Amino acid sequence: MILDSKIPEGPLAEKWEKHKFNVKLVNPANKRKYDIIVVGTGLAGASAAATLAELGYNVKAFCYQDSPRRAHSIAAQGGINAAKNYQNDGDSVYRLFYDTIKGGDYRAREANVYRLAQVSVNIIDQCVAQGVPFAREYGGLLANRSFGGAQVSRTFYARGQTGQQLLLGAYSALNRQIAYGKVKMYPRTEMLDLVMVDGQARGIVTRHLVTGKIESHSAHAVILATGGYGNVFYLSTNAMGSNATAAWRAYKKGALFANPCFTQIHPTCIPVSGGYQSKLTLMSESLRNDGRVWVPKAVGDNRAPQDIPEDERDYFLERKYPSFGNLVPRDVASRNAKLACDEGRGVGTTKLAVYLDFADVIKRDGLNTVVQKYGNLFDMYAKITGENPYEQPMRIYPAVHYTMGGLWVDYNLMTTIPGLYATGECNFSDHGANRLGASALMQGLADGYFVIPYTIGDYLAQNPTARIETSHPAFKEAEAAVQTEVNRLLNVNGTRTVDDFHKALGLLMWDYCGMARNAEGLQYAKQEIRKLRDEFWRDVKILGVNEELNVTLEKAGRVADFLELGELMVDDALNRNESCGGHFREEYQTPENEALRDDENYTYVAAWQYTGTNQQPVLHKEELKFENVKLTQRSYK
Amino acid sequence: MAGNNPNSKPMNLTLKVWRQKNSQATGKLETYNIKNISPEMSFLEMMDVLNEDLLLQGIDPVAFDHDCREGICGMCSLYINGRAHGPERGTTTCQLHMRKFSDGDTITIEPWRAGPFPILKDLCTDRSALDRIQQAGGYISVNTGGVPDANEIPIPKSIADKAFDAATCIQCGACVAACKNGSAMLFTSAKVSQLALLPQGKVERKTRVENMVAQMDKEGFGACTNIGSCAAECPVGISLENIAMLNREYINASFTSENV
Ligand SMILES: Cc1cc2nc3c(=O)[nH]c(=O)nc-3n(C[C@H](O)[C@H](O)[C@H](O)COP(=O)(O)OP(=O)(O)OC[C@H]3O[C@@H](n4cnc5c(N)ncnc54)[C@H](O)[C@@H]3O)c2cc1C
Ligand code: SF4
Ligand code: FES
Repeated sequence: MILDSKIPEGPLAEKWEKHKFNVKLVNPANKRKYDIIVVGTGLAGASAAATLAELGYNVKAFCYQDSPRRAHSIAAQGGINAAKNYQNDGDSVYRLFYDTIKGGDYRAREANVYRLAQVSVNIIDQCVAQGVPFAREYGGLLANRSFGGAQVSRTFYARGQTGQQLLLGAYSALNRQIAYGKVKMYPRTEMLDLVMVDGQARGIVTRHLVTGKIESHSAHAVILATGGYGNVFYLSTNAMGSNATAAWRAYKKGALFANPCFTQIHPTCIPVSGGYQSKLTLMSESLRNDGRVWVPKAVGDNRAPQDIPEDERDYFLERKYPSFGNLVPRDVASRNAKLACDEGRGVGTTKLAVYLDFADVIKRDGLNTVVQKYGNLFDMYAKITGENPYEQPMRIYPAVHYTMGGLWVDYNLMTTIPGLYATGECNFSDHGANRLGASALMQGLADGYFVIPYTIGDYLAQNPTARIETSHPAFKEAEAAVQTEVNRLLNVNGTRTVDDFHKALGLLMWDYCGMARNAEGLQYAKQEIRKLRDEFWRDVKILGVNEELNVTLEKAGRVADFLELGELMVDDALNRNESCGGHFREEYQTPENEALRDDENYTYVAAWQYTGTNQQPVLHKEELKFENVKLTQRSYK
Repeated sequence: MAGNNPNSKPMNLTLKVWRQKNSQATGKLETYNIKNISPEMSFLEMMDVLNEDLLLQGIDPVAFDHDCREGICGMCSLYINGRAHGPERGTTTCQLHMRKFSDGDTITIEPWRAGPFPILKDLCTDRSALDRIQQAGGYISVNTGGVPDANEIPIPKSIADKAFDAATCIQCGACVAACKNGSAMLFTSAKVSQLALLPQGKVERKTRVENMVAQMDKEGFGACTNIGSCAAECPVGISLENIAMLNREYINASFTSENV
């Protein structure tokens, strides 16, 4: 298989304009003859569904929650980037492009990232028109803040709940189309398989999460906007239901999976407090604008933070990276927190935490300003830990947060299956080996509002096919396969709970394929994951039947997929004999413990092809060409 | 295992939990005893522990809605000891922690109770009526593309902040569950206010309020008699001022309706 990224010819800055001119159009009257399935109603899915419906297509949208407004995008806190340069501080489309490529440690496609930076400015306009209440200055204009990996202020925000406000904007646009009858919404409905006819994606099979009804839906094209797979680690900042199932089942139908090992570990999360822990809570990166990260200088210093004098504290990010200080990119901040804890300088009862201290900013700007800026985050911290962060520093530790890997897509966001698209966190496209803060929201909305509406038309115009009934044998076969899989789960009748398996997998992934990896550990993890998977299918305990609201059954299906995906992540991490961004192989580091890339041999996207359960997948390489930026060792000093 | 408070002792609790097989079945409270609950746990983590216990005993685990566990998605919805989202003010069920309870406590856990929210199973209800109220007019009619530059519409900070306060509603439905009339006024008014305050939303303000209120009535939500339990139980502090604003918008619209 040759991976064709379909990057348009011509200078970087003109590629997207040219491409938009060259794509085939579906005339307005014909659009109503096409049906499009959008799985997922987060920023990527809701924006696509609404926009495609506005254009005249018939859209069916799906989500597993009880309302589209609850998609995980709702939880994003800090902000969304855009190259508006409203602050006149030297920002530009090119700078946002450059920062993103560099932040991703030179493992993303130039053309995609440039387009992302270009359309970023339209996103803000669109959201404001919808009534999204971004933060404003006293003069009535929009406010900005800084995020990691950038030296300009280009992040737009809505207090600490930017995700909710952006999603409510997209949700309102979606609601309008639901009211017009152009979008049919299917909440509490989970996609369990992709249906292909003549090599093209033509529909999906779903299970209704209340009635258990297994059903087919046909369309001319399918968009997966189903989010990331961070929950493979069990503990992450993702929502409890976030899962890989839709993407994974597409992979098993032939879509390639790219860079699965590129995982983002976010530096500022509330540390684990016990074995019952079900999820980890992020403390937004925006806190690093004002919070100072430190640990005691001495190993084993057990004094309370307020008893440790200034000169016995190590503000290690400020010390090591004077020009970016506390605002280094996430991978760098996380790794340094881990290093400090590994040296025995961690704090709190578990010693797996570092301080994030606001004493200075409270002294400098006053308590009120800090309440205004971060109030809801401080409240959340207090609720969870029972400690008051206005009086003592927060304790934070890195946690799994985002997955840069995902379904491989070309410039048009189409996977290797014709007619199957992937958008938002579900695809791999824009963030390389490390995503910059406030860029996921930007990507999700860019894909949904401004990219897919053009590129999907091109495909439909060139592949005009008639509607297919769901009585077609391909649908019946897929339904039967889904039913068989469900029965197989229900018939195991074992003794160990789904959560128990999930936790065991999570620990393996965290220990061997987390913040630091090495070949030996990865090989060990691969064997252990296989064993765990076998045991799952021998011993998992699921009660009840399919034809009911069966939470354990739902979870079991997702964990079964994680048990396969985990192994692919390990394979990918083993294959990549270099360190880059969030992928840190201990064998490959500079004397200063920074990630050491091997551009000669690994400047490629690793895209994996499924060949069967327990079979080695086949690796396909998409070479990355850098024509505009020079590859250098990332430096934030 | 405790993270921050080494003195916190594990608790033993008695839970009375609403069990109902499906929407047709009749439900009842079942009693379960649960041991060794750390005060550091969240309420839903305590429910996880209960469910793991039940599973291993071969008893169907308790179904409850939840997703983000960060207080923002609005999915969690437990009625705890007679209060929507439990005893702590300004807190969703998922952000409630066990340190608010004491060893030996009996905790009663029920679903939201309101006509327009039928019970699906155990503690899960169908709140799609709230989505339909939004679909009736909770938007500004702009298509993607062709909109003015974001800074062409300056909005005074005080107005933007007020609109923001209204926009923080997480659509959980606690206001309805807390109201003895089962009214959805607080929820509906939050959207109406947000959009009526902003210049972008003013164009459609009259039809919006009329259509959203009509849908609210059609769904069978009760009338508002200004008791205020809704705002008292709202986890994000949506204020009663929004209801006053909705009423003004509604009266204004009914004098000069643009619904033709
Ligand atoms: C706590 C937190 C804070 C964050 N803060 C920021 C931030 O400040 N800035 C930033 O840029 N990014 C942030 N991110 C990242 C960002 O929020 C996500 O990457 C982004 O929102 C993902 O959007 P999405 O539309 O791709 O997917 P999601 O929002 O995850 O939506 C997935 C959708 O798919 C549906 N779905 C999934 N599987 C199925 C299935 N099998 N069948 C049917 N439906 C399915 C779900 O129901 C849901 O509707 C944050 C992430 C987290 C976890
Ligand atoms: S107004 Fe408050 S209680 Fe009612 S739905 Fe919104 S957030 Fe929930
Ligand atoms: S689970 Fe999302 S608000 Fe409680």
